[in-house]
Amino acid sequence: MNRFTLIWRNLWRKPIRTVFTMLAVLVVFFLFTLLEGLRIAFSLSDVGPAAQERLLTSHKVSLIMMLPIAYESRIARLPGVEAVSHGTWFGARYQDNPEFAQYPVEAEQYLALNPEIKLDEGQKQAWLGNRMGAIVGRPVANQYGWQLGDRVPLRSSIWTRNNGSDVWEFDIEGIFDDTDAGMNAGVVLFHYDYFDEARAFGKGTIGWYVSKGNGSMPIEDVMASIDAEFENSPAETKTNTEAAFAQEYAQQFGNIGLIVTLILSAVVFMILLVTGHTMAQSVRERIHEMGVLKTLGFTSGSIFRLTVLEGLLLVLPVGILAMLLGWGALTLVAGTMGAMFPAGLQIGAFSITLGLALMLAISLGSVLPPVILALRLDIVALLRTT
Amino acid sequence: MARELIRLAEVSKNYRKGRELVRVLEGISLAIEEGDFVGLMGPSGSGKTTLLNLLGGLDKPTSGDVEVDGRNISNLSTGALAKWRASNIGFIFQFYNLLPVLTAARNVGLPLLLTSLSASQRKKHVNTALQLVGLADRAKHYPRELSGGQEQRVAIARAIVSDPPILLCDEPTGDLDRATADEIMSLLQRLNRDYGKTIVMVTHDPRAASFAHRVLHLDKGELGAAPEEIH
Repeated sequence: MNRFTLIWRNLWRKPIRTVFTMLAVLVVFFLFTLLEGLRIAFSLSDVGPAAQERLLTSHKVSLIMMLPIAYESRIARLPGVEAVSHGTWFGARYQDNPEFAQYPVEAEQYLALNPEIKLDEGQKQAWLGNRMGAIVGRPVANQYGWQLGDRVPLRSSIWTRNNGSDVWEFDIEGIFDDTDAGMNAGVVLFHYDYFDEARAFGKGTIGWYVSKGNGSMPIEDVMASIDAEFENSPAETKTNTEAAFAQEYAQQFGNIGLIVTLILSAVVFMILLVTGHTMAQSVRERIHEMGVLKTLGFTSGSIFRLTVLEGLLLVLPVGILAMLLGWGALTLVAGTMGAMFPAGLQIGAFSITLGLALMLAISLGSVLPPVILALRLDIVALLRTT
Repeated sequence: MARELIRLAEVSKNYRKGRELVRVLEGISLAIEEGDFVGLMGPSGSGKTTLLNLLGGLDKPTSGDVEVDGRNISNLSTGALAKWRASNIGFIFQFYNLLPVLTAARNVGLPLLLTSLSASQRKKHVNTALQLVGLADRAKHYPRELSGGQEQRVAIARAIVSDPPILLCDEPTGDLDRATADEIMSLLQRLNRDYGKTIVMVTHDPRAASFAHRVLHLDKGELGAAPEEIH
């Protein structure tokens, strides 16, 4: 026998209790991982560096109000602007699936302004050569099982065609990866010309402009000069960085995210309390035995270490397993609902660190108080306990 | 003549119970020679267990000195006392105090975790101790699978496994029937006679006390000879 045997045997003193405690820990950290994945997905706060540099210019009143296409050349002429392109919310769904993001864009300019979109050169050329062509983020292609060369119909809730139909057909010419896993990760991009010619209304307008500074002046000044250019016009603008825009966009999901977060937090907290109480109870039941061990010559320090290690052994392996299972579940969900979570459902280093810190907190928080109280008693008092 | 192993000089022990000062032991002086077997009798609350605790370094005297093998243990730190207990004292309790989650062999092996012995050496020591108490065939049994007498023999094996010179027994037969109590006392007697263990035993049972070389009587915190010669 060694000290680990002693820890292990104590851990399984009441197997049913241990199993239920481990199950509770499993549920806590599985939920915690899902919670973190959802929090990150809803917050979209982890946009890549390119999104910090790009500017988005939309209608000052609302994102749903359109801007004239003529603004593009005026923005391009402003000092401090290196390049400009645009996008428009298409608002379509595929079959009976939820609506996801599609933008009609000027292909070459848009790709130039979004270098994080990694598209095979051959696919890019195929897209440029096909007016009905579209390129899609890999999460979307994976979710709907789209392949190169597929012709897919999308039903727009906003844009009807000249012929009165709301069904638009596109040829999948490219599947791209977004190295920033940002706003473009889960979109369908198709040609603005095709869109503008075929739509029944709103011709000559776009949803927002994307531009990039040339570094000759601070980005805030570029933003101010764009908005100043269209001041007092029928369509005044509001310019912000893409990162800030992403935050605003995400706020429409924010309430859902907040509700999910609050509910899961409450569940996690309650299970934490129950688990902590059970673990503490398990330690309290052994106070007499601590007296026996001290009588045999074990020091308070060694009993303290044994008990703390037991607490860690109860929580850490199961907690880590639960986080791995949670990560697997997030990956699975992201794979089947990629269009809904274009940035993916991921947990990062912060979530992992937070999870491990929580595991330590549960282990130590539940074990330390009773063991410290017990070890402060003298042996005679410990032996008197039953 | 055997050398003096344990020496108590003017030992007193007081407790404070609320505002009241309870004098448990008063000016106890006692010498116990190596290889002695001392029975300690007295009414409940007379301080027998407190005296045993002082001898075993589980408690410290309010005044006076407790010397074991020439070393004053009254001044040792808690950590040093723990170390000292591990190598000098074997404790045997009335209610055995075995850990229920460990088998008999693992209970016996507990004190050896505090030594530098290898795993194979520890196993050998455990087997020897269990053989000595006649329970080698119960090594893998849990305490709940043993009778009271068997549990007490496992506790005795645990007390002797690290070969301490002194065994302190607190009512070792208090929870056993007469036949089993006699077996336990015979075992203790053999440990004293054949292995030279110095034994101090608290007991209420005159029959158990009769196995001791001499019996001391403790009453109201003061030590005296037994009212009648038992041995």
